[in-house]
Amino acid sequence: MLLIHCPYCEEDRSELEFRWAGEAHIARPENIAAISDEEFAEYFFLRNNEKGLTYERWRHIHGCGRFFNAARDTVSDRFLTTYKAGMPKQLLPETGASEKTVETYEATEGDAR
Amino acid sequence: MVDSGADLANRTSPLSGFHGGSSTVRLEAAPPAERISLRCRAEDVAALSSALGVDLPVRPKTSASANGRSALWLGPDEWLVIAEENGGLMQAAKNSGALHSATDVSHRNTAILVSGRGAAAAINAGCPQDLSLKVFPVGACSRTVFGKVEIVLLRTGEDAFRVEVWRSFSDYAFGLLAEGAQDAAV
Repeated sequence: MLLIHCPYCEEDRSELEFRWAGEAHIARPENIAAISDEEFAEYFFLRNNEKGLTYERWRHIHGCGRFFNAARDTVSDRFLTTYKAGMPKQLLPETGASEKTVETYEATEGDAR
Repeated sequence: MVDSGADLANRTSPLSGFHGGSSTVRLEAAPPAERISLRCRAEDVAALSSALGVDLPVRPKTSASANGRSALWLGPDEWLVIAEENGGLMQAAKNSGALHSATDVSHRNTAILVSGRGAAAAINAGCPQDLSLKVFPVGACSRTVFGKVEIVLLRTGEDAFRVEVWRSFSDYAFGLLAEGAQDAAV
């Protein structure tokens, strides 16, 4: 079970209390009625879906109820840091290939089959 | 006179008649209580605290009790205030004169009192939180999960907890607690 640090409860809590809430730091265009369809689609639908370091919103829905931001490595599934909503993006060194990507069943099992 | 049946419409507790527990855990339905879900800004906490007669806690996972009322910290601007039945919480909050949101949830919730030396183990049957006295001391409270339902957990003593649960989930919560109580006694 993953433990996630809630910046509002100031404590590590079980993943069961949390919900993922999409990519973080997406600002709504201030002139939303004026932008083109392509620009709207870019803002509204298109997400980076990056492999490695990503910035996401999470919600401590079965706890304090607050949304917060998290930096997470999608390869290792590790939470690198969490911080309160409204705070600027917490820049971290790009870890990218720090964890070896496992693509196949055979690669995870090795000689243990 | 024709009996209209009106005097037969007695209110029953969702957990009336339930019983369970084991040699180390005692489970009982809590008596009816008045509860409000209270939200307000940080600058209005003092006014609402004095109007309610209990200091709203501002530290995570803490609660305060005074004058027969308990205030449980649920979030940075959210509290669950519990009083005895007909405690006048809504009127007290209104009298504060401060901007706030108070919703009467007295009948949305019901509570189960869990006590005995296996109480923490019984709750941990469905709750992932660390309930050791060091991390979850007497007076600590938290909204969390219990199996498939959401609960608000309050530690009222070293071996005693109050589990606040929505009334429609109370059947499930009581059943899972009874299972946990059996396991805790093994």
